Amino acid sequence: MTVLALRNVSRSFGPIEVLHGVDIALRPGRVHALIGENGAGKSTTMKIMTGYQPPSSGQVLLDGRPVGFANMGAAEDQGISMIHQEFNLAEQLTVEQNIFLGRELKRGPFLDKPAMRARTRELLDRLECRVSPDRVVSTLSNSDKQMVEIAKALLRDTRVLVMDEPTAVLTRAETAILLRQVRALREAGTAVLFTSHKLDEVEEIADDLTIMRDGRVVWTGEAAAMDQHAMANAMVGREMSDLFPAKVSTPGEVALEVANLSVPGFSHDVGFTLRRGEVLGVAGLIGSGRTETFEGLCGLRPATGEVRVFGQPVRIDHPWQAQDLGLCYLTEDRKTRGLLLGKGLRENLTLQALSKFDRGLLDTGAEDRALTQAIADFDIRGHRDALVGNLSGGNQQKLLFAKTMLADPQIIVIDEPTRGIDIGTKQQMYVLIRRLAAQGRAIVVISSEMQEVIGLADRILVMRHGRVTGELGADATEDAIVRLAMGVAPTPSKEPA
Amino acid sequence: MSDAAVPAAPRRIRMTVIGPILALVLLVVAGALMNPNFLGWDNVTNVLARSAFIGIIAVGMTFVITAGGLDLSVGSMAAFIAGLMILVMNSLVPSMGVGVPVILVGMAVALLAGLAAGLLNGILITRLGIEAFIVTLGSMGIYRSLVTWLADGGTLSLDFNLRSLYQPVYYGGIFGITWPIIVFALVVLVGEVVMRSTAFGRYCAAIGSNEQVAKYSSVRVDRVRLMTYAALGLLVGIATIMYVPRLGSASSATGMLWELEAIAAVIIGGTVLKGGFGRVWGTVIGVLILTLIGNLLNLTDFVSPYLNGAIQGAIIVLAVVLQREGKAR
Repeated sequence: MTVLALRNVSRSFGPIEVLHGVDIALRPGRVHALIGENGAGKSTTMKIMTGYQPPSSGQVLLDGRPVGFANMGAAEDQGISMIHQEFNLAEQLTVEQNIFLGRELKRGPFLDKPAMRARTRELLDRLECRVSPDRVVSTLSNSDKQMVEIAKALLRDTRVLVMDEPTAVLTRAETAILLRQVRALREAGTAVLFTSHKLDEVEEIADDLTIMRDGRVVWTGEAAAMDQHAMANAMVGREMSDLFPAKVSTPGEVALEVANLSVPGFSHDVGFTLRRGEVLGVAGLIGSGRTETFEGLCGLRPATGEVRVFGQPVRIDHPWQAQDLGLCYLTEDRKTRGLLLGKGLRENLTLQALSKFDRGLLDTGAEDRALTQAIADFDIRGHRDALVGNLSGGNQQKLLFAKTMLADPQIIVIDEPTRGIDIGTKQQMYVLIRRLAAQGRAIVVISSEMQEVIGLADRILVMRHGRVTGELGADATEDAIVRLAMGVAPTPSKEPA
Repeated sequence: MSDAAVPAAPRRIRMTVIGPILALVLLVVAGALMNPNFLGWDNVTNVLARSAFIGIIAVGMTFVITAGGLDLSVGSMAAFIAGLMILVMNSLVPSMGVGVPVILVGMAVALLAGLAAGLLNGILITRLGIEAFIVTLGSMGIYRSLVTWLADGGTLSLDFNLRSLYQPVYYGGIFGITWPIIVFALVVLVGEVVMRSTAFGRYCAAIGSNEQVAKYSSVRVDRVRLMTYAALGLLVGIATIMYVPRLGSASSATGMLWELEAIAAVIIGGTVLKGGFGRVWGTVIGVLILTLIGNLLNLTDFVSPYLNGAIQGAIIVLAVVLQREGKAR
């Protein structure tokens, strides 16, 4: 028995078909995982199921009958909700107002605030989310926003819940809460469809599994039939070798020395040294001040402390000063801080190192050659005249990388290098990072993925509440990192630097 | 979404490119049909010369708006500079006599005053982080009041002899093309090249489309924005230099509503009001459209010239609607 299904659905944008005869069926009381590389067609499939886009051909079946949702509201009225990767919340309204947006409870002509308050509290409690219903959504962390989205869906008596990468921005603890909620929904008979790049989660919670590649379903069936390795192979279409490249580089001269670095409100007395050829991992929970600390270091926020670059004491108040010293920060937030989504690849690629192309007038020929080179070097796939906003996440990330590297930094801080990108692209990023280290560059990788830090870094700095709580070697275990990140127990390793 | 499905960028902009040109062509054709003198040399140079003041300012405004800013003070800034220029020149006549040096000093005063006024706006906006709308709304009031005060509520008139010496700057020219048109053309040429082909133009568009991204890309955001206001101030100075010899006077009514005409021209020309995309040649078309409407109403007795403002207003709204449709495609 299926509640919502696609039968032989294709979808074209202009002359190009991106989905080819997709079949997928959601059953009540089952969790269905949809996995695939970036650009495989997962998001388009989800949007068609929830009425955000119509199929070009084929049928959407609800309870076995073909339906055409006129719009997303029509799908919602049928009990089908979708939670997007980019949140769909009114940023200036409160949590409570968002949850009830469009379905406010009323008593006569007036809003029934006590009833809404009680219901909001109840929903948030169910989600173990401690934010106040009065908080304005724009002040919430990403994970709390996610919980508000889920609360919204819960309110709507959802029969089918579709979630596009719900755990991408969540910490482990928050992910655990989310997965508990998903299980509760399953018990209640809801059909759940979700995508994730985290295959361990998929293995843990999915009942059914569909794997897509290049707009086609390449495998579908009971999730228990696949282990993580088999999933990865099916997604990529080839045998996946080791995810992480060998750590071959040898540390050279000291590139960066930081002492007593403080970013008001975020971090205190951070200190470390970094050598050429090294990859320094920075681990910690979301909200531990890692991003802010390194933004402070690179002149993106007000900060105090002593910084030496290649032995010279320096003062960095602006990002361009950092870049002049050979120090670049690669943001975790590629959509709002990294790339101009409304501009083309070329303008984005050369923005950070535009002076290289400035001969009084800009040398657009040289810019085009640089783009050709970057597309080849970084394996960026997509039309070279495309708007960057239309590229897939993985290709945006590669472009952001290419853009930063065009400035030829010697010290590179990379914040969440693989957030929201597929496993094939991840592997490419890891190879790239190690190659940069092997070239003698000094690299900092900030990551919330423990395996990534361990697999990539030569040394690991762990932060908690804005302070460095410990430094671990390349042989660190997840357990040791978690202990330092949560502050649960002392560790036998070195004192804080 | 598959990578191959990514639509190419240029397609999207096409309608907004054609729109303003089409409107201008329509206006010219309509004008030629309604009045045979419309395409005559005299009328064409008249239209261009009238466009020059707003046009020179609007070129600067294009950069400010492209970088995500706004400047409401340009009209009263022009009036203030005109008043200042006249006062300085008049006061120099007793010591320096009536001659070209006095006029050169006056021009230098206009350029410096424009640059200083623009820098002041820019510094308040970038260093103190006050909204451009608020800062320039304030300076608009300040300059307007200053010129009224300088003129003691009346009119400041240039020394009669100086005036006849200065007049050729507005009325004279070479090959029958008057100086305001030549200067306007030069400003447009330089502006177009700067916007299209220099790092500065690229930075303006980057800052206007997403200031955070520009900042994270090591662009010197504050300096670029400051420079857009300074350049605009300088251009207001140049426009005033061309304007003063026309009437030889300045009063509290000088340059009234120029800021709105300049902003309107920029928007009609296809520059995005919230920044991120600008084109100087579009602004020129915008200025010409606005001037042509007034000119047409004067040449024909079809519609009362008093309705000039209403028609211009309708065109501005229409231009923005067309822009949005171009985007939604």
